[in-house]
Amino acid sequence: MTEHAATSVGIAAPRAGEAGSERLRLIWRNAFPFIVVAALWEIVARAGVFPQQLFPTLEQIARAFVDLTIAGILPHHTVDTLLRLFAGFGLAAACGITIGMAMGRSRRAEDCLLPLVSILAPIPGLAYTPLFLLWFGPGEVSAILLVGFVSMFPVIYNTWTGVKAVKEIWLRSAQSMGANNRRLFRNVILPGALPYILTGLRLGLGQAWRILVAVEMLAAVPWGLGWLIFGAREFLNTDAMMAGVIVIALIGLALEKFVFQKLEHYTVVRWGMIGRL
Amino acid sequence: MTELGQRRRSIIRGGLTLIAAALVYQGLARSGIFASALLPTIPTITHTLLGMLADGTMLKHAGYTLYRVLCGFVLAVTFALPLGIAMARFKRVENFFLPLTSALMPIPSFSLVPLFMLWFGIGNLTTILIVFYAASFPVLFNTWSGVRSVNPLWLRAAGSMGADENKLFWKVIVPGAFPFIITGMRQAFLRCWIAVVGAEMIAASDWGLGWVIFDAKEFLNADVMLASLVVIGFIGFVFERLVFGSIERATVLRWGMVRAAKG
Repeated sequence: MTEHAATSVGIAAPRAGEAGSERLRLIWRNAFPFIVVAALWEIVARAGVFPQQLFPTLEQIARAFVDLTIAGILPHHTVDTLLRLFAGFGLAAACGITIGMAMGRSRRAEDCLLPLVSILAPIPGLAYTPLFLLWFGPGEVSAILLVGFVSMFPVIYNTWTGVKAVKEIWLRSAQSMGANNRRLFRNVILPGALPYILTGLRLGLGQAWRILVAVEMLAAVPWGLGWLIFGAREFLNTDAMMAGVIVIALIGLALEKFVFQKLEHYTVVRWGMIGRL
Repeated sequence: MTELGQRRRSIIRGGLTLIAAALVYQGLARSGIFASALLPTIPTITHTLLGMLADGTMLKHAGYTLYRVLCGFVLAVTFALPLGIAMARFKRVENFFLPLTSALMPIPSFSLVPLFMLWFGIGNLTTILIVFYAASFPVLFNTWSGVRSVNPLWLRAAGSMGADENKLFWKVIVPGAFPFIITGMRQAFLRCWIAVVGAEMIAASDWGLGWVIFDAKEFLNADVMLASLVVIGFIGFVFERLVFGSIERATVLRWGMVRAAKG
């Protein structure tokens, strides 16, 4: 839960009800550290301490970024990476929530699945990569399966905890008011477990994202940001590499800001499961 | 059914599932549907694992990996812990570093591996730096939120009882933030453990558990791979449960900051 709290902090949001000058001050405050770092980078790059090839100036990075975007190479890489991310994560969400629900609801399923899950979960996902490559061959299938497999565990754990955390008294009162199994599930268990499930999905997506970049480097996929970075190394194209890293950072930030914070806002906050921030 | 009976039935069921899973795997491996190089039988894996343990290669791989993880982890803690405390205590520091960390955090550590390989070459330094990068953010963020979440009432109470800045820091703020810091370190270690395996695969050197797995792929040695997987899982488990568990028991549980989970 702490990670959840920590990652949602992000860049400070402007307080409502203040004048435009307050907004400007805030933008300046957020931009200032980046300007300092950019200036330092530029000084080091221009000073020639490192070869230009390895430590490009900001101008070179910007040019590589623009050139690659116009040529359509960067968008193609980005789209492929995103498709892979969502395919793998979709798989993880579907399987993870199903297994987690089963484990939370049925003692039998819990007893059977928990040992398997607790043995497989602590092994770092990337360690499975070569194995998956051997079994499913290099390429798309391995990459998606691996991302799905790895990001499934946080979803399972959190769904399981969430279903178990639904208060017994809610279940009993709903039952005594005549709710059948289906309504019990839809109207009590699902909303009750949703904050946990969302936390699980969020952690899972984060993990999928972290692992995907490495998988793309190793699994010999034809397109993808991880591959772009890795391939650029061969030709010492540090500027193209940095452009790729920037896109990766932007996607990571966007996932956090626009997917999960929004989703959380529309569901659990609205249902009053957790307090408004 | 009593609680004890329930527990026993859970253990029996869990054991049965594990045995069933092992049998299914063994059946698949023996059936010859897949090449035996790709899906070695359990005795083969055990044999390989014992062999590698006996001749010391596995220990050397594990030693290298642990060395890299611990170096990176210690570096990350010595860097991120003071910074996190400073960010929580001084507004200026927070204003400067918070936007930077928010922007850097979503970059997966692996995406920096090729860059670091160009800058620092192949070997220990690159791997340690990647581990350092992966571990810093959880420690930083959790320390920061931990210090901020110290109850202001405690600070005022201690202040009115005459605690000076120094005492306030060591007797109130540090113990108050410690549950968060421990959580941060735990998360950081898990990330490190993933990062080190990935970094070793990509920035290959001659030793290390990640490297041995990746290298085994070239020669279709699935048994070596699975044996190393077992070792990786085992070390991760030991650290998570024994090391961090005992740190937690010795500090926050004893100080009464959090209660032990039941069961």
